[in-house]
Amino acid sequence: MELEKFNYDNKIVRAFMIATVIFGLVGMLVGLLIAIQLFYPDLNFGIQYTTFGRLRPLHTNAVIFAFVGNAMYAGVYYSMQRLLKTRMFSDLLSWINFWGWQLIILAAAITLPLGITTSKEYAELEWPIDIAIALIWVVFGINMIGTILKRRERHMYVAIWFYLATFITVAVLHIVNSFEMPVTLFKSYSWYAGVQDALVQWWYGHNAVAFFLTTPFLGLMYYFLPKAANRPVYSYKLSIIHFWALIFIYIWAGPHHLLYTALPDWAQSLGVVFSVMLIAPSWGGMLNGLLTLRGAWDRVREDPVLKFMVVAVTAYGMSTFEGPMLSLKNVNAIAHFTDWIIAHVHIGGLGWNGFIIFGIFYWLVPKMWGTKLWSVKLANVHFWIGTLGIIIYALPMYVAGVLQSLNWKEFNAEGFLQYQLFLDTTIKILPMYMMRALGGGLYLIGAIMMSYNLVKTAASGSFIANEEAEAAALEKKKITGGYWHRALERKPVLFTVLTLVAILIGGVIEMVPTFLIKSNVPTIATVKPYTPLELHGRDIYIREGCVSCHTQMIRPFRSETERYGEYSKAGEFVYDHPFLWGSKRTGPDLHRVGGKYPDSWHYYHMLEPGAISQNSIMPPYPWLYEQVIDKSATAGKITALRIVGVPYEEGFEEEANTLLDEQALAISQGLMESDSIQVVPEAEIIALIAYLQRLGTDIKIKEDVLAEEN
Amino acid sequence: MYKHILRNIQDIEIWPVISLTIFFIFFVCLVLWVIKVDKKYIGKMESMPLDDGADLNSSDTLKALEK
Repeated sequence: MELEKFNYDNKIVRAFMIATVIFGLVGMLVGLLIAIQLFYPDLNFGIQYTTFGRLRPLHTNAVIFAFVGNAMYAGVYYSMQRLLKTRMFSDLLSWINFWGWQLIILAAAITLPLGITTSKEYAELEWPIDIAIALIWVVFGINMIGTILKRRERHMYVAIWFYLATFITVAVLHIVNSFEMPVTLFKSYSWYAGVQDALVQWWYGHNAVAFFLTTPFLGLMYYFLPKAANRPVYSYKLSIIHFWALIFIYIWAGPHHLLYTALPDWAQSLGVVFSVMLIAPSWGGMLNGLLTLRGAWDRVREDPVLKFMVVAVTAYGMSTFEGPMLSLKNVNAIAHFTDWIIAHVHIGGLGWNGFIIFGIFYWLVPKMWGTKLWSVKLANVHFWIGTLGIIIYALPMYVAGVLQSLNWKEFNAEGFLQYQLFLDTTIKILPMYMMRALGGGLYLIGAIMMSYNLVKTAASGSFIANEEAEAAALEKKKITGGYWHRALERKPVLFTVLTLVAILIGGVIEMVPTFLIKSNVPTIATVKPYTPLELHGRDIYIREGCVSCHTQMIRPFRSETERYGEYSKAGEFVYDHPFLWGSKRTGPDLHRVGGKYPDSWHYYHMLEPGAISQNSIMPPYPWLYEQVIDKSATAGKITALRIVGVPYEEGFEEEANTLLDEQALAISQGLMESDSIQVVPEAEIIALIAYLQRLGTDIKIKEDVLAEEN
Repeated sequence: MYKHILRNIQDIEIWPVISLTIFFIFFVCLVLWVIKVDKKYIGKMESMPLDDGADLNSSDTLKALEK
């Protein structure tokens, strides 16, 4: 058989690696900044673009999509060419993929601090950017499948399956979760409302973790770990089972993010069962990774690449054990909404994703520049400072999470809440927040060391832009026979379709009934759509990222109904596009805040939170008092919401601003009368107050009042 | 509109049962196949990352070939 000569494209890999390092440092730096903001609110700088609520999504997006995303592309572009013995399908598509992705990151870095956000976690970017993401993702997919089709290797190694599953699933998740109704170029409303929106969002959110942060990196593990250890994977058979079990089960587990919420019980239970089942494939994969090093453990002592990979795989094992545990309802009752979850995701983010990326990069750079690592010693220091950073980050967060939860639930002998003020439970964990920032700082220092080391390494070698290779061409003759799975691996397109079917079934069975069966979301007669002013207020709430720290979901626990009031019902959220249940309580729940305080309380509180609640860590929002709402947008908002199903009457958009003015004037006059506060009715704070005072009040309207109205 | 269509599909309850059956059969077949699969094939797949067709004299490739 004749050997064909060709070469591998290393340039595209290098480009993605540079982007990874730069955005990694930026993402971690923003993370460190917001970590410090939590105990030193002055670091919000008093301007609207740098508050915690706006920077938190910037941190998560930068780390997930810019740091881990670029690293994923780098690893996939490197390993795929070599596993398939061919150059990428199209250099042009590779570069469109690269520059397109960087432009999306740039757009995110601009829009998120400006408060342009959908508020749905890890899907905050507004609709034009969503479309760009979908297009670039398809470019990546075409390039990948094209490469598979022109391969010189008949069978697809398991890593390629993981990459394919990643492409397919992320495409489906992104498109389904991003259905939204544009209002303007930078504003849209989610197609779904309330419980349905929550279910779709966490189906997306959970599987973004699964198929963006996990499956591509398992593929990379199956390629780079054997490479670095110089021995084949422990069990290829296990990797086959690992793959199919993982993609079949993962997609079902999303509802575990919504335990004890207003989501129907059957959907919660389904989420729990599949989450527990996930231990099996996850640990199968972890053991397969660790056991690949059997007989090579002596090298782990010396080789920083292997050190990073071992800790990464161990962290994967820890978080995939912890995940199912957190999905048990009794554990979730303690952990949900606390910093325990923050610890959990950072074991995954810093440990699994971060460390496997570091390991791969320390291996790749010397290889691609034809040289040796500049300083093994510095890499070892990075390893230890990084590991220490993870521990100092995670341990205080675990303690903080458990402590906070216990404090929320503590009753005194008289049967009253021990900590009546929510703030008291937050202040108690501030020392832990400080330690966490220290841990994160150490981790960042380690990453800076790596960047320096890699630059020095590259400078000491010469870059091999096109690595020469040779392999026999794939024979065109038809191969029949073999077992069915082997045949399947020869047919990448069919394989892709089957993967799609596997992940679709779970999503469809979970979501379709929630959308179809009316009894899943019982309607409440007194729940009415928001008034135009409240709608503006709600959009300000979304813009400022209030949802980052405040939930709107009171769970049916005595400790919560005692503190906040009646627990939240599914029917209360039917007009919430998007839902704003939140996932973390750094501040108290706000679902029943309506009517709890006078308007003036909110007025003074938003101006200077510390003046109303001593030692509050909430930043002040002075710009809400200077900026005015854009009344020209009212009609568009009403129309868009009507299209997605909110029953505003035809023609309501015409008179909406009159209604808005009346309500705003009433609030500003009320403030004047009660506290001699002078404020223009159009000020944003008025709209926000209107929204906050409406929250959770609909179910308090008595039936007889309704009858009177009619 | 689409809700109306879906609601009117006859015996829609059978679908989850069908999908469970598909899952189950798929996994049984998968496990059986993995148990019975040809050792040579597994060996070839396992060594795939170690042989990337480049630098034919590199230690990676030589070691893989020695196997």
